[in-house]
Amino acid sequence: MRTDRKLAIRVVAGVALVAALAAVVAVFAGASQAGAKTPANTRVSGSVNFWGIWSANEQTAFQKVIAGFNKKYPNVTVNYTSKGNNMPTELATAIAAGNPPDVADVAQPGLVKQLVQQHDLKPITYAKTIISKNFAPAWVKLGVVNKKLYALLYKASNKSTLWYNVHSFKQAGIKAPKTWSQLTKGAKTIKSSGTPAYSLCGASGWTLTDLFENIYLRTFGPGKYNKLSAHKIKWTDKSVTKALKEMKQVIGNSSNLYGGRNGALQTGYPQCVDFVYSTPPKAAMVIEADFVANEILQATTAKPKKDFNVVPFPAITKGADAGAIETSGDEIITFRNTPAIQAFMKYLATPGAAEIWARLGGFGTGNLHVPASVYPDSITRATEAPLTKAKAAVFDMSDEQPAAFGSTAGQGEWGLFQKFLQNPSAIKSIQQQLEAAAKAAYK
Amino acid sequence: MTDASITAEPPLRAAPPGPAPGRGPSRYRAGALFLLPAFVLLGVWLLYPTVYTIVRSFFGPSGYLGGWVGIDNYKTLFTTSSLVTAIKNSAIWVAVVPAFVTAIGLIFAVLIERIRWSVAFKTIIFLPMAISAFATGVTWRIMYQQDPSQGAINALGRTVSDAVTAPGVLPSAVPSTGLLQSQGGGLILKTPLHPGGVALLGLTGIAPADLPTGSKQAVKPATKPGDIVGTVWRDFKPGGGKPGVVEQGELGIPGVTVELHDASGNVVQSTKTDGPGTFDFTRVPAGTYQAGIGAATFAKPFGGYSWLGPSLITPSLLIAYIWIWAGFSMVVIAAGLAAMPRDVLEAARTDGASEWQVFRRVTVPLLAPVLSVVFITMIINVLKVFDIVLALAPESAQANSSTIALAMWRTAFSGSFDFGTGSAIAVFLFLLVIPVLALNIRRFRREA
Repeated sequence: MRTDRKLAIRVVAGVALVAALAAVVAVFAGASQAGAKTPANTRVSGSVNFWGIWSANEQTAFQKVIAGFNKKYPNVTVNYTSKGNNMPTELATAIAAGNPPDVADVAQPGLVKQLVQQHDLKPITYAKTIISKNFAPAWVKLGVVNKKLYALLYKASNKSTLWYNVHSFKQAGIKAPKTWSQLTKGAKTIKSSGTPAYSLCGASGWTLTDLFENIYLRTFGPGKYNKLSAHKIKWTDKSVTKALKEMKQVIGNSSNLYGGRNGALQTGYPQCVDFVYSTPPKAAMVIEADFVANEILQATTAKPKKDFNVVPFPAITKGADAGAIETSGDEIITFRNTPAIQAFMKYLATPGAAEIWARLGGFGTGNLHVPASVYPDSITRATEAPLTKAKAAVFDMSDEQPAAFGSTAGQGEWGLFQKFLQNPSAIKSIQQQLEAAAKAAYK
Repeated sequence: MTDASITAEPPLRAAPPGPAPGRGPSRYRAGALFLLPAFVLLGVWLLYPTVYTIVRSFFGPSGYLGGWVGIDNYKTLFTTSSLVTAIKNSAIWVAVVPAFVTAIGLIFAVLIERIRWSVAFKTIIFLPMAISAFATGVTWRIMYQQDPSQGAINALGRTVSDAVTAPGVLPSAVPSTGLLQSQGGGLILKTPLHPGGVALLGLTGIAPADLPTGSKQAVKPATKPGDIVGTVWRDFKPGGGKPGVVEQGELGIPGVTVELHDASGNVVQSTKTDGPGTFDFTRVPAGTYQAGIGAATFAKPFGGYSWLGPSLITPSLLIAYIWIWAGFSMVVIAAGLAAMPRDVLEAARTDGASEWQVFRRVTVPLLAPVLSVVFITMIINVLKVFDIVLALAPESAQANSSTIALAMWRTAFSGSFDFGTGSAIAVFLFLLVIPVLALNIRRFRREA
């Protein structure tokens, strides 16, 4: 690694002019049509050390994306190492040892912020033009910390989706809900038909925060959402009270949850998904992100459209905010700045780099120039195509917050929303506890 | 970091060489040369991490050192509720596990001496030791599931409870209109009835698959003079239907016991419904009546105890952990027992001591050194317990089941990356282990 860095420095020092030229060429390459052939750039050389969280199928897919890059830059070697879910730990230790990778992808925006504040990351201002060309401003903004661009949201998922069992809905005689009142009324009808309406994954705290976040986003829009996310609105605010009351309409009726509240607290993701698609179904719907499809297809015999289907999270307030999407995703960040790294980062922002993986499935992107037709099936199209159309996109709030508050098992948001599931009447006390925990974490 | 230093602490102290027969300084040089590799390893893997952890605990959350914060990390340790819970839980572990493991091991060891097939028995009790704590956690988590159709322990509970009180045929059913109200666990139609009347008892919340076999299209029976007739049916069709009205597409519920109450609430007749859900109370004397369904129909099956819930999780963990370690304790104590001089026991028996007295006054005192080994080993084990909690407790109960070692990992490496507070927790844990270790080392010295 050390020698890599020296090599990189030498490259910067030696061929600065060439590098600048290469950067210009790369911008033009990106600016030209996605499909158009560009001559291979042999001037940029070097290696890029990439730490990814993707393993198994995802790693294979990303290797193909790298192969696409090597067609354009044959002299750059990208070494991919999979770190899986240990990424934050591995990064923290590697940084402490002064030995981080060149490029990494992380799933926690909160971690990106933390790394920027610790001056560990390099801005990717050089890729701003191409990123702005391919992504809507809302998406570009997701990579900005302290007014500088640090990250590219390469792989995104749509967290504003609701999955239902087609047969349960048919049996209850209701249609897929478009609005909040349709959802709550429909849930009552489903219960009368003899099946609990919801399968909650209460043991996985993040699913509960996702539900709250979707409700908050659809009720108050992205503006307030981002303020709450940055703790500029207190958790004791009236808007939080309202959102929690709405959430209570879902989790409040124990008999309308599979296993009741106690059972839900012990059901983790993805078990809650399996409950909806068992025969006979144990519940009629599960509210979680686009990746639910993977679980259904892998763990159950349910077929798309015939047995399972998906709709956007129901609208709560009317108007533009109704279509805002909550997303979580894998952000690419850089710890060094070499021509090879620059070339790779710019490549990842092109529609071509997204399409290679999108065709293979299990991938979503906010890239405006990726047509819906590249997604392999109708369900993926239904969940991923809205990402590019969304007027507003916000990050998963709990991911954006300091980890002690937003993403540690059993404490902070996760733990307190589990407490809320246990006792949905204690809205006020939960709000006070949330505020206290947030205060401690933001200190 | 500290874990490693804990287990390897005795060798560190035991390492200095004994006084060698002095034959000039070259002798010492050779000795030092031989010891050097060991010292280097100990220095790199034990001494340095220990010192670094102690120093680190006075600095801020991130980086190699971070900013100096003094004892703030230690303040955090005793004021953050999640960390205080972890300390409390560890105290419970230390109070319960060593005592139980030692006692259970002792009982097994003494009893096993007196039975045939003792080797087979010992093997079975020792087997859990061969399973990793993580695998044990996963296994017990499945056994502890609340739903009796998933968790073995609650399944046993259901079998027993079902034998005592059988669950009803429609445990999930609820009335479709407000006219039908619950009373004493059953339902009763509030509308007063007279001979010649019709009682409509509509129920919802029943999945089609749960309807008793032989269910047919529900019908509203024709009135009969002198009789009270009626229907019990699933008052639901796709879309909801009209509550309280028997409609096309709604099915009757056969086999439900319907009761007729007189004005003072006594049951005067009871009958069962047929395929379309109809029933008929024949030759009812003039008067005012109410129809209802008995509580037995709605009796809920045993729902299982919430072993993995916030309140029971620590006891559940303790049970699983004791299950693992009882075998270890038994084997060690049995070895001590085998080495015990038999003539002492015989002498006690000849002097007229009862078996209990022999056990209490002779066996246990003679075994004391072995028992203390088990006890102290268990204290150390329990202080650093980690994996089984992580594997067994569902996330929703992690906050309630956390232990010091787990809190250390969570704070330093999982999410927060607060290396400062993490180190402080490690140092605290280290301090807790030191007295126990000192005790152990003193015993080693005595025995040597």
